[in-house]
Parts: sequence; structure tokens; C-alpha cells
Amino acid sequence: MEKATLEKIKKIVGKEHFFDSPEDKLSYSYDGTPLLQQLPEAVVFPQNQEQIGELLRLASADSFAIVPRGAGTGLSGGSIPVANSLVVVMTKWNRIFEIDTANLTALVEPGVVTGLFQKEVEKLGLFYPPDPGSMNVCTLGGNVAENAGGLRGLKYGVTKNYVLGVEMILPSGEFLKIGGKNVKDVAGYNLKDVVVGSEGTLGIFTKILLKLIPLPTKSKTITVNFNKIIDSGKSVADIIASHITPSMIEFLDQTTMNCVEDYTNIGLDRNAEAMLLLEVDGRGSSVDEDAETIVSILKKNNAGQIRIADTASEALSLKTARRSAFSALARRKPTTILEDATVPRSELPVMIEKVREAASNFNVLIGNFGHAGDGNLHPTCLTDERDASEILRAHRAFGFIFNEAIKLGGTITGEHGTGLAKKEFLESAVGKEGIEFMKKIKTVVDPGNVLNPGKILTVAPRCEGNLPRKRELIPDFHSHAEK
Amino acid sequence: MLSEKEKSLLKKYLPGDDVLIQCMHCGMCLAACPTYELTKLERSSPRGRIRLIKSVAEGTLEISETFAEEMNFCLDCQACETACPAGVQYGKMVESARVVIEKSYTTSFFKKSFKRFMLNSVVANHSRLKILAAMLYFYQNYGLRKLLTGILSIFPFAKKLVEIESLMPQISKKFSSEVIAEKTFPVNPIKHKIAFSTGCIMDVAFADINLDTIEVLKKFHCEIQTPKEQVCCGSLHAHNGEIEKAKELARKNLDVFSNLDYDFLISNSAGCGAFMKEYAHLLNDEPQYAEKAKLFSGKVKDISEFLAAVELQDSLHSVDEKVTYHDACHLCHSQKITEEPRKVLNQIPGLTLLPLEESTWCCGSAGIYNVTRHEDADKILERKMKNLVESGANMVVTGNPGCIGQLKYGIRKYGLPVEVLHTVSVVRKSIENNI
Repeated sequence: MEKATLEKIKKIVGKEHFFDSPEDKLSYSYDGTPLLQQLPEAVVFPQNQEQIGELLRLASADSFAIVPRGAGTGLSGGSIPVANSLVVVMTKWNRIFEIDTANLTALVEPGVVTGLFQKEVEKLGLFYPPDPGSMNVCTLGGNVAENAGGLRGLKYGVTKNYVLGVEMILPSGEFLKIGGKNVKDVAGYNLKDVVVGSEGTLGIFTKILLKLIPLPTKSKTITVNFNKIIDSGKSVADIIASHITPSMIEFLDQTTMNCVEDYTNIGLDRNAEAMLLLEVDGRGSSVDEDAETIVSILKKNNAGQIRIADTASEALSLKTARRSAFSALARRKPTTILEDATVPRSELPVMIEKVREAASNFNVLIGNFGHAGDGNLHPTCLTDERDASEILRAHRAFGFIFNEAIKLGGTITGEHGTGLAKKEFLESAVGKEGIEFMKKIKTVVDPGNVLNPGKILTVAPRCEGNLPRKRELIPDFHSHAEK
Repeated sequence: MLSEKEKSLLKKYLPGDDVLIQCMHCGMCLAACPTYELTKLERSSPRGRIRLIKSVAEGTLEISETFAEEMNFCLDCQACETACPAGVQYGKMVESARVVIEKSYTTSFFKKSFKRFMLNSVVANHSRLKILAAMLYFYQNYGLRKLLTGILSIFPFAKKLVEIESLMPQISKKFSSEVIAEKTFPVNPIKHKIAFSTGCIMDVAFADINLDTIEVLKKFHCEIQTPKEQVCCGSLHAHNGEIEKAKELARKNLDVFSNLDYDFLISNSAGCGAFMKEYAHLLNDEPQYAEKAKLFSGKVKDISEFLAAVELQDSLHSVDEKVTYHDACHLCHSQKITEEPRKVLNQIPGLTLLPLEESTWCCGSAGIYNVTRHEDADKILERKMKNLVESGANMVVTGNPGCIGQLKYGIRKYGLPVEVLHTVSVVRKSIENNI
């Protein structure tokens, strides 16, 4: 980037909100995604809407890219800097303007931390269900941009189900307001669903209007082991078919259980091939009835030991295994690649089998856990980024997993987003026409291709420049992978 | 870019690729980090600092002023280690970075020399520490303090100096090491053989807490050995980049304690206990000491850890107070001790244990951080004080001298009607409230 351009940027945001030291560039060269990184030219913390607009106009005029960023916990590379880019950090926009208890809505800034927001609304007996794994750190703006999910997706849906409206700055620098507090609103195109999950490629959010629901007052937690992994999959399918909607059905395979047991020593059965963690919630006696029905379905499906928690502290101890799953896996090897292939729920048993097949065919260690209730699995490859051949095998294993998911009518990503990590698989998931339609939208909204270029898709003919790559130690990774 | 000398320095002290690569930059540490909360800059976060250390180790980043600043800005509270899913040992990384900074990068020569002199020649030498403490006692108790702070407070430029002065703990009239006998016997039959680590700050500034510890241990049938030759544990040195001095002190302590016959070495200073548990790691490549250190570290127990395992109930009497508990970083994050002190407090009749929001959030004391980085420490303290007020407690209990000093300073600064006590002092109170 030209020095003059950097000076202009500094002038827009003020020098105390502008950072371009080597230390700052290094510490904004990554997000939560493994293997990928690239240095930005500078990092800014904009102070108001006007500054964001000016930065975007300058980006078009002086041809550089803008990469919006929240807490940087994403797993698909959405906030990793691209070539010749300016990182725009929104974490200081962290005000909650209003929690409207009459309409059950909340108006927030994009930098509000998801977990803190949940605590605030729960004080008023209200509930904001989306609970991505990084909820104590990640921001609502990032959640909306990635359409984040979580453990409660099965019953309560994901972020998009709670977005009523947004205010945003478009790549042209113009301001756009979408949606409002209405429960029903069919005025024109449903633009909300275009911008939710747009991964910072269509605009920068400045305000978000969220829907809230009443907080459930009662819950029951159940854990169960299975000697045969297939029975766990069947149990999930049977529970869904019996018209019960638990607030969560979480799954852990044997590899994951063994890692958890190594790490926590809580007495998991190492011989079991799978375990499920289920939770039903609501108000009144229906919670107990649902729990009973679930237990009888589990028994019919050759369940091993079943444990039921009545109190909050018992529930917490039952959840230990699931809560430590990611930590336990992450400790096993230096590099942890966590993916989120998703299939229709009826196909879950097949998909679980396919993940096992991938691990053995490509000779990589894959722990599988995830949100069984909504078909969203987290096959997690435990590897070492310094071992180029193993990384290549991991990449191939994931290629296989994604293909199998698509064959089953599933998708390459349930909740992490496409970003850079899954860009090469996007066409197989949404089709040529799907990608073309997306490109048209991107080209119309962002003709200069200044906002997070190269993420999700490549808009021809402008070249995005070098995209972030894994560490220099593994040269020509993509050309290897394509062979 | 780097000279050969610098390269060998980095290779010798910075962790290798195997260790650095364990950070998967997921960002879970951000919400736990007090300094990231203050600046909201990645470089002030554990994940950012690890990235910088990695770049320095790879030779792609100089040991710059900003690098040194960020490493020293870190409280080393290790809350990030508790939050880290991958089990990254961040504290060790940042401490090793400080060694490299101390050895290569010159901060203000005067500041560095003064810090070194204090750490190496005063704290590490107990008789000199006692002389300094005696001078301070004289200063604090014979009108000099009032005179000096009175004069200083006239000048606006000296405001910070007066504030830092007020951080100084009240020096005890008699140091505990002079009162406690080398061997103390319980009245009843001996059930446990204990070696007692007096700590440096505890000894001169909180002598009463050491005496409380002895009394409580006696009550629970402990024979206690308190060797006079024991020296500073070295934790302050290790945390401030003086690793060689820390090792030297560790060796001395091993020489002293390995001559004794005991089951547990009890510490009532969280920072010392945490560091003595690390001796095994610290000296693992020294054939002469590795085995001794392993044995020693295995026997170290915090006083709350010991008390939680003892049958207390019959000996306790009512302490009618609303109490809250502040987790010292070196207890909860380094030693993973959170349940034990609460278990002890909960057994005391009449005592109501109230929750403290963010109880594991650093108070800003962090060794000598509240002196070396007074303004940052004050911002961190403010958050603690706010939570303390909201807890509704009239007594805050904790397990580390640094925290006790910092909390007392905060309570004075904000004028709160709250008393600060060590866990063991509350237990002694409860034992003696026998009316």
C-alpha cells in the first residue's frame, strides 16, 4: 500500500486508532482458522459510521481491500487479511442500546460479546439461544456475518432466526437499514437473509436488531453410552421421528471419548463406540414426559448406561465430557482442523460411518463429535502443520467427507462459513448456477471488489492477489492438493 | 538481521517450535485476559503475544520496544492458561521472553539496575531484606512517613509517588522468622510432619499470617520445622526475567529442605507455592538437583489444600461475617486450587460465603506489577473493587500476600468498609472464637 494511502487512512480514523507497527500487523495476521495467515497493511478501530463510509470510499479510490473483523475466532478464514488490505476491527463497538421487553427485541452494536449479551437478557427472563463454541469471546457482528450456530440449533435455530434487522455501510460508503421490530414484514425482497452469513463481503454492520424469546424455566439432561455407534445414530433419528424436539442432542465418537478420558479422567467407558448428551427444556410437566419418552427410545436402541440429571449441578457434571471434547482433542496434536460437514438428520448414521472411513482410508486421526440433533458434525483432524504429507492427507480426507456429505443431500459447512477454508468445495455444494448468482450479487453490491475480496468466491476478472496461505513451511499446498 | 550472539540467546531461552506451535490461535484466551480488556489490541492478548514470541524466535521480528512493552504489560496472571483449550503453557513462554528482553534489550538503565538490585541483592538476601524492612518500619512508625508524604503531596508531580508509597504494606514490628522456632510441636500427638516456608513478604510485612499458620497447624497435630537458612523461593526473579538467580535460590532451598524429614511443605503464599511446585521443571536438566527437586515439588502444598483435607469441623467456632473469596492467580490459575479454600470457609459456622463476580480475575498486584506498572494495575484493581462492593461482603478472604496488600490498598483508596484476611487467619479466628 502506498504511504500516501496509509496517511489518508490515519487521517480518517485519527492516529490513536490506527496501527501499522510490525507487532500489530503480525497480531492481526490470523483468526481462529488453522494453517492460514497473511499480514495486513494496517489495522484500524473506526470511531463512527462516517469513518467507515470514508474508509470504504477510499478503498475504491486507492484500490485496497478492507477486511472487517470482530474477535477473530472464526474457523473458515473470514477475517484473515488478504493482499494489500486494511483490517477494520469492530470490537470496541460494544454497546447494548436497548432491550425492548414489550416487543422482545434488542438493539446492539456489532462488537458486543455474545456470551455477555446472553447474560444481560437472561437477567430479564429473556433468551438469546445461538451459542457458538466461542460465545464467551466472539461478537454478535461476527455471528451475524457468519450466521453462527451452536449446540441449541436443533430446537432454537441459528443466528439468522434471531436477526430482525441490521444497519450497515455498503462498499460504496452508503448507509443501508434493513428490517425492523415487526414480527411480520414482507415489504420487498428479504434482504436480511442475503446479508446474514455474507461473511463481511457485502457490508460492515453498525447496528443489529435481534429477536429474543422467553427463557425456558426447566430442563433435564441425559447422557447415554452405546456399544455400537450405529445405535446412537438410530436413536437420534427415532427421537426426531417421535416428534420430540430436545434443546440439544450432542454426539461423541470413541476417539473423542478416549481423548476426553485421557484429559479429564471422569470415568467414561472406553469400550463404548459413542455417547449422546441430550437436553430437553421448556416449562412445566412436558419436560419430564419428553425425558421419559427419550429414555424409552434409547433403551429400544440397545443403549448402555443412561444417566439423568435433575439439578443444575448434576447437569453440569454430565455435560463435562461434551464441554471438554474440543479441548481434549486440541491437546492431542499441535494442529487441530475442526470442520462442520452437515447432513439431513436421517442420514446421520451413514455420515458417521463415512467419517470413520475417511480416517482409515487416508490414515489420519479424526475425532468426531457434534450436534447430532441437527445433522451438524464436527469431524476434527488432529495433525501437525509441520508434516506436509499428513496435512495433504488431512486435506484429502476432508475432500472425501465433504463429497460424501453432498451425496447424502448435505452441505460442506453447517455453521462455520465458507471463507477461504471451504471456498474450493463451494461449487460442489451450491452448483455452478448458485455460485454465478452469488457472484452477480457481489458484483452489483461491491463493483470495486473492495470488501473482503476472495472470501467465499472469486469474482472475475479482477485478481484478488495472493490469498492467505498456510505457513511458508508447506509450499504449494493447493497445487499439491489438486494433484 | 540478528547477530550470532542474539541468535544463540533466542535459542537458549525461548521455547522451541514444539511448544510455540501448540497455540492454535483460537482466541478463547481473549476474554480471560485483563490486559486485552484494557486495550482491546491483539498484541496485548495471550494469543497475540505468543504470535510475537514466535516471530522473535523465528527471527522475523526484532526484540523491539513494543515487544518488550507487551511482554512487561502482561500480568503473568495465567488466567489464559485456565481458558486455553489446548493446554498452552503461556506463563512459561512470557517469562522466557522476559529473560531474552532482560539480556538484550536495554530499558532505562537506571530502572533495570534498580529492579535488579532489589530482586537480586535485597529480596534474594533475607538479612538485607530484613534490614530494609526494619528501616521501613522505622519510617512508617516514627513520623517520617507522615512528614514525607505530607511534603510530597504539596507537589502535583509527586502524586504518583505518594500513591505508590501507599501501596507499601505496613511492616510488621517483629518478623515472623524471628519469632517462629526452628521446631514447633503440637500439644497432642503428632499426625503430620510439616516443613514451613515463611516466604519473604509474608515474613516481614504479614508476620501475623505466618504466626496464624503455625497456630492452626499446631491445632491440627502438626510438628512444624521452619529452617532459618531457607531463602526466597525465586518466583519474583523468574517472573521478571532473572532466571539464573531463580535457579540459584531454588538450589539453596533444596539443600536446606532435603536435610529435613517431613511429609508436606506448607506455603501460605500462592506465588511461592506455585513456584516451588515448579522446581521439578526448573531444574530438570541439572543431574545433581533434578531428583531432589522432583521429590521436593511433590511435597509442596498450599495451606488451604492441606486444611481442606483435614477434619476441621469439631475445632471450629462461629465467625459471624459476610465473607467473599478472591482467587489469587497463583492459586487458581497456576495451582488450580479453587474448591479447597471455599470448602474450608464453608465449614466455619456462622460464616456466610457470598459469591464474588469474576473472582478469578487478577487484582492487579501480580508480584511487583503494581509498583512497576502502577497505572495499569490501578485500572485492573478498579474492576475488582467494583465486584467486591457488589458482593455485599464485609470481609474478603484470599491466599496470597501480594493480593492482600493490593486489596488493602484498594479498600483504602475507595473507602470501603471491608476487612482483608488470609484464609488461614479466618480459620485461626474460628478456632479461637471459643466463647
